Amino acid sequence: MIRVERRLEQPRWLSLAVPIGSLVVAFVAMTIVLLVTGHDPFTTFRRLFDSAFLGSAELNATFVSATPLLFTGLCAAVAFRMQLFNIGGEGQLYVGAIFAAAAALLVSGVPTVVAIPVMIAMGALGGALFALIPAVLRAFFKTNEIIVSLMLNYVAALVLNYLIFDSLSYWRDTSSPEAKVFPQGKTLPDAASWPLSHIGGLELPFGLLLGLVIAGVVWVLYSRTRFGFEVQVIGDSPRAASYAGMRTRRKILAVMALSGAIAGIGGASQDGDVRHLLDARGLSAAGYGYAGIVVAALARYNPFAVALVAFLLGGIQNAGYTLQGADFPSGLVGVMQGLILFCALGGELLIRHRIRFERRRPAESVA
Amino acid sequence: MPAVSLHGITKRFPGVVANDGVEFEAAEGEVHALLGENGAGKSTLSNILTGLYRPDEGTVELYGERVEFDSPRDALDAGICMVHQHFRLVPPFTVAENVILGDHRGEGGRFLVNPRHIERRVAELGERYRIAVDPRARVWQLSLGEQQRVEILKALYREAKILILDEPTAVLTPQEAESLFVTLRAMADEGRTVIFISHKLHEVTAVADRVTVLRGGKTVATVGTADATPQSLASLMVGREVDVATRVPREMTIGDAVLELEGVGATGDRGAEALHDVSLTVRSGEIVAVAGVAGNGQRELAETITGMRPTTTGRIVVGGKALKGGDSREAIHAGIAHVPEDRLHTGVAPSLSIASNTVLKSYRGTHIARGPMLRLGAIKERALHLISSYDVRTSGPNVPARQLSGGNLQKVVLGREFSGEPRVLIAASPTRGLDVSAIETVHRYIREGATGGMGIILISEDLDEILALADRIVVMYEGRIVGELDAETATKDAMGLLMAGVTEPVA
Repeated sequence: MIRVERRLEQPRWLSLAVPIGSLVVAFVAMTIVLLVTGHDPFTTFRRLFDSAFLGSAELNATFVSATPLLFTGLCAAVAFRMQLFNIGGEGQLYVGAIFAAAAALLVSGVPTVVAIPVMIAMGALGGALFALIPAVLRAFFKTNEIIVSLMLNYVAALVLNYLIFDSLSYWRDTSSPEAKVFPQGKTLPDAASWPLSHIGGLELPFGLLLGLVIAGVVWVLYSRTRFGFEVQVIGDSPRAASYAGMRTRRKILAVMALSGAIAGIGGASQDGDVRHLLDARGLSAAGYGYAGIVVAALARYNPFAVALVAFLLGGIQNAGYTLQGADFPSGLVGVMQGLILFCALGGELLIRHRIRFERRRPAESVA
Repeated sequence: MPAVSLHGITKRFPGVVANDGVEFEAAEGEVHALLGENGAGKSTLSNILTGLYRPDEGTVELYGERVEFDSPRDALDAGICMVHQHFRLVPPFTVAENVILGDHRGEGGRFLVNPRHIERRVAELGERYRIAVDPRARVWQLSLGEQQRVEILKALYREAKILILDEPTAVLTPQEAESLFVTLRAMADEGRTVIFISHKLHEVTAVADRVTVLRGGKTVATVGTADATPQSLASLMVGREVDVATRVPREMTIGDAVLELEGVGATGDRGAEALHDVSLTVRSGEIVAVAGVAGNGQRELAETITGMRPTTTGRIVVGGKALKGGDSREAIHAGIAHVPEDRLHTGVAPSLSIASNTVLKSYRGTHIARGPMLRLGAIKERALHLISSYDVRTSGPNVPARQLSGGNLQKVVLGREFSGEPRVLIAASPTRGLDVSAIETVHRYIREGATGGMGIILISEDLDEILALADRIVVMYEGRIVGELDAETATKDAMGLLMAGVTEPVA
């Protein structure tokens, strides 16, 4: 008989052993899938690792994939820590991207050192304002922030599409020959391109470095400040917080604004690091906001772990692009990514619970 | 042949042996009390008997036959039912629906349930055992005493042969408790076994036939109540002679009024009026007890004074200055300390460390924070100081608060509340669920607080505690203060009548 029991204590070694074990299980399961579908597992895995983490060109691509996940992962982690379930990272990222692109277009002609901070600030502002909608509703009218922030994702997606596809907006390119064939955003000025840092043979996007700095700031904020102390107490027991005279309402607004701002900077980074125009189609196809929730959950809301998980998931995503081809359907890539996520989330259960196998004794009789 | 026989039960948890070779026997047709301090292993033992835990060693026998339970359902099927201190009922369901909940053998196991059958059966049982409850009433509409009746009806409906009750009188008036005892006795007389877990020694001697006392996870003794007194049981529990909440003369220097309530009203969680025109004055050095059956506005009173709940009428004056109300930070700054009823989820943030909880209210102050940053060193120092001066038994300041036992947790709360040098202390059920020696400690701190000049409001359902501590007693009933008694002359009967809302003298 199998029993799942809650662990009374969580030994430290588990937090290392379980993720590794989960990965092993995922790969075993994937081996079976690959064998059944007639692929050679060994070559496939080697190609997977090669195209995600080995070689500088591959790593550079992984960095690019990991950057938005880092932002949306932090966005979710910051809010979830206070039991504030901001599912709206997706929409907040769009709004950040819209604001930052507008800023870049408006200030064209200024040098890069001015353009980048303006884009970051505007991206953060856009994300924060958008996140304040569910925050205000939650703080003053006790609406459920999960539903409101989730629905607002659709609003943001529709606005984004409207700006590029259904209107002659400020963001839309109406002059270039390509734009006549297929609607697209105005190309941002060169000064709005975020620089790459070269370390060894690696190229680190500016957004990635910025995200790492934000991760550090979040860590300090949450573990060393009065603000973070209040967030911890409110997240653990709202009644204790109210008892201690904490201003819960203000904290909801502040934390949601911070969460949205981080997602918004993620949007700005998409404009500046990768796309160099307001890419409506590309952003809405990517689903960074939802992936960020998975990143935050796997990282157990720890900002540094978010960085690590974003890097791993970015690598897998990146490898997916390389793997898929004539002999390797994209569905199989999805299966693989799904298996890894599934096992990782299943592993979470093992950290909090233990499974005991017991033999039913034959002597057992119940009156 | 005993109905229940536990032999050599050992159950270990990481770092603790909760039960260490416990021996327990209860006969058919007896009311058997299980007595022990918190952490003595009573809950572990009842969890083993109800199939929630499996013992590491030892055997469980029912009517001479060895059993092993894999789940609570096995225990239920074997005829063991438990009435928990916090009821396991579904508030939006009717009484009848709650009664068949989880019953997979009788009527409740059918795909289509005929509510008439159950309602008739519930009504019958209620009448027979004098615990009638309207089977069609929704549980949320019932008082706590009635909800307890539903729990007992549930056990009777399932034809439980062995009934375990965990602190059943905590939510009852003395009169209600009396009638519960009659019901329990009737059940025992039919050959059922009633196991009664309690902290209240008077009740144990009044209702039980025999008592088994646990201490430190071991059985100390099983004695017949005919030969026992509350004092003898208390000393068995703690292993030494103890005063059972007796009145201790205290040097009293009553000073000026520190807290005045003038016609205070407030609404409860459901929006109904919970406090009505409450006026009360507490002077420095005085302990004023608020007696009443749980749910008559005491919690709302504590929350209103401490700013956790806004006032709808009247005003609260502390040290001559009126508060805006509805702002706990304002109340804290005015010098109101609060030992809340729910110490685990209100008094502390349970997952955070003892250190964090030590500064739960003072983290804004300049000793603890430098600008926006916390001084982690200062926090740790303060926690270590509290741990040593209040004798908190723990392995260190980084232990999460929820891992502390009730008594140690209460010491942390009291230590923190006293550290702000408050003018007023609101202590709500400060000793509920604590063991005898922890109660003694808490009482000592409360007396010392009053001697030191604090004005104290003690909210309690434990009349022994009130009689032992209070200088004045007010009784609350349905959100009003219905009477005031002098503690020197008050009797439990007089208080009990007021608690039941009887303000006219009865012949």
